Amino acid sequence: MEKVMSNKLVIALYVLPSLLLLFAVIYVPIVLTGYYGLNQWNGIGSMTFVGLDNYQHLLTDSAFWQSAWHSLLLALFSGISLIGYLVIAMILSGKIKGANLLRKIYLIPMLLSSVAIAQLWLKMYHPTNGVFNSILASVGVHNPPEWLANPSLVLFALFIPIIWQYAGFYILIYYAGLKNIPETLMEAARIDGASAWQIATRIKLPLLREVINVTIILSIVGSLKYFDLIYVMTDGGPNGASEVMASYMYHQAFRSFDFGYGSATAFALLLICLIATWLIRKVTATSDTIQYS
Amino acid sequence: MSNEYGLRKRSHQKWFAGLTLLLSFMLVLSGCGAGKDGQGGSSGEGGKVTLKMMHLWPEGSSAQQSKLVTQIIDQYQKDHPNVVIQQEVLENEQYKNKLKVLSASNELPDIGITWAAGFMEPYVKGGLFTPMDDLLNGSKLKDKFVPGTTEAYALNGKTYALPIELNITPIYYNKAIFQKYNLKVPVTFDEFKQVVKTLTDHGVAPIALGNKDRWTGSLWYMYLADRIAGNETLKKAIDGSGSFDDPGLIQAASEVQTLVDMNAFNKGFNGLSNDEGKSEFMNDKAAMYLMATWELPNFTTNPAIPQAFKDQIGFFKFPMVEGGKGNENSWVGGPGVGLFVSENSKVKEEAKAFVEYFVVKWGEQSVTQAGVIPATKVDTSKEKLPKLYVDLLNGLNQASSITLFADVQMKPNAAQVHLNMIQALFGKAMTPQQFAERHKAAIEKEN
Repeated sequence: MEKVMSNKLVIALYVLPSLLLLFAVIYVPIVLTGYYGLNQWNGIGSMTFVGLDNYQHLLTDSAFWQSAWHSLLLALFSGISLIGYLVIAMILSGKIKGANLLRKIYLIPMLLSSVAIAQLWLKMYHPTNGVFNSILASVGVHNPPEWLANPSLVLFALFIPIIWQYAGFYILIYYAGLKNIPETLMEAARIDGASAWQIATRIKLPLLREVINVTIILSIVGSLKYFDLIYVMTDGGPNGASEVMASYMYHQAFRSFDFGYGSATAFALLLICLIATWLIRKVTATSDTIQYS
Repeated sequence: MSNEYGLRKRSHQKWFAGLTLLLSFMLVLSGCGAGKDGQGGSSGEGGKVTLKMMHLWPEGSSAQQSKLVTQIIDQYQKDHPNVVIQQEVLENEQYKNKLKVLSASNELPDIGITWAAGFMEPYVKGGLFTPMDDLLNGSKLKDKFVPGTTEAYALNGKTYALPIELNITPIYYNKAIFQKYNLKVPVTFDEFKQVVKTLTDHGVAPIALGNKDRWTGSLWYMYLADRIAGNETLKKAIDGSGSFDDPGLIQAASEVQTLVDMNAFNKGFNGLSNDEGKSEFMNDKAAMYLMATWELPNFTTNPAIPQAFKDQIGFFKFPMVEGGKGNENSWVGGPGVGLFVSENSKVKEEAKAFVEYFVVKWGEQSVTQAGVIPATKVDTSKEKLPKLYVDLLNGLNQASSITLFADVQMKPNAAQVHLNMIQALFGKAMTPQQFAERHKAAIEKEN
């Protein structure tokens, strides 16, 4: 068996199909997207090569930078909310009553599709019949906010369901990471008289560091390219107040039929995500790997 | 691991690897090979002509239209035994996508469906549609179309598709609510504002609007622009020969904001979709709803809606503005979809003959059978129709002009700017002056 697996030909044979597929469906389209970005193209007729025009325009396009700012805000918010997820996971992994039930409650949003979540929250945000405004009206607020129609509120109104949607996912990751820490370490600390706080900050957190790094990358890159809930709930409106980079790209390519510019936006989005990943890895890099023994 | 077992396993794995490789190649290849269907029609043996027609009325979601199309095709095949017509049916979004893919590879069907103006332009410029002017001026169709409908399908003096649907946009209103507050149907915009004021005073939302979709709000702006500045000014501003700087157009924008200030629209309209806005009207919560005639079945024939509600719905023409240039018989609306014939079709003449036949038959039967108003004139005295249809069709026959929906008329890029500006205007995020300037810039950029 081992002999077979170390045979170079077999390795190539096994790797080749998925490598080919990966190239066909990921890398080739990426290169093509970058190339389309160099053209003026409405998606139907012939392309006109315009060089870096689209990319230059992108640099001065205030609508794009506004959407980029919104994406960045979302990344910040999801980054911060990771702390909350971590705290919840720590509580759940401790021996508290009803932890089992709570775990299920936190996980349920994960089972819903984004579109279903969007529909759900659209109902909740409804200006007159929605849960929030009904409650506000019942306590005597005469002019409850129009959550999705108010340009200065809409972005934050969207962040809440997004953060709610991913809570289960990150809590699950942290929970698994925490359960992986050997109980013996905590027991030893307790015998030495460490408080729960000390155990959390001195033992659990450092041991969870790798996991935390991964979740930071996941949440930030995920936020930068986030699309679906926003597309369904507001379509980037009102007047671009909730436009993010991915929805901007979609609108350019598929609504304005400016595929060249849309492709350039998509390519810029890719670059921004790559840079963000690289930066986070730099910042969070650790030299020492943890080993339980 | 025993030797024998290892050997067996080994050969087994080679097989498996080979199979995976083969499978993955097949996957890649099948991906490349797709999309070969939908090729232009061809004359078959025995003088039989096969016409391929692609349309967007699936049996499931557009039962009545689908039935009507099939009926017309069957009749045509009976009358012309040498012609076979093959239908390919897709859902709206899929249809648009497939049309694009097929045109990129120059494999459009002989006959297909297109939308007007901005949508059609890239296809026409790419030389994919054939001009239909000979049909338009031919004996069967001359003067049959409602004025203003075929123009939306014309480019550089040639008409590239024949419209089969027509939509105009009246203001539907709830007679019961109007009665309750002793309101009369407004004829002038001042009266209209009075109606709005009375309704808000009684805590009823005057107008149902879902402006997340943005073209819904655009209708209000267009009507006000039409009534104040006149349809010529609006048309010219949109096509770039005039300008959005026109004082009448700016006044229209500020009237929109006046309505917003009066709380004329239901709460939170900028965050609600058209369907959500409409539900305010359908649930008796809002008194008026400005929408195209494609909503008519909901107020007449749709069995899912209670008769009691249908009975209390009426419509009126958009009120006139005092001192404005527009008149009440000028409508905002436009043709829905039209039929095109592919320039590269091998059986172009046969395809055109069928299109001519189709337009005539569709015009005769679409109102009664599918609830769709055709782009050809309808003789209301002959048909047995719900009163709302008859009234609207009569209104249509008196139409002095029909201004095509702005977002359809503009080129895609300017249309997006227009729609965003509409949302900003309604949300009071910009002044009427800024509204005009942004429009001007966007339209100049594209011309």
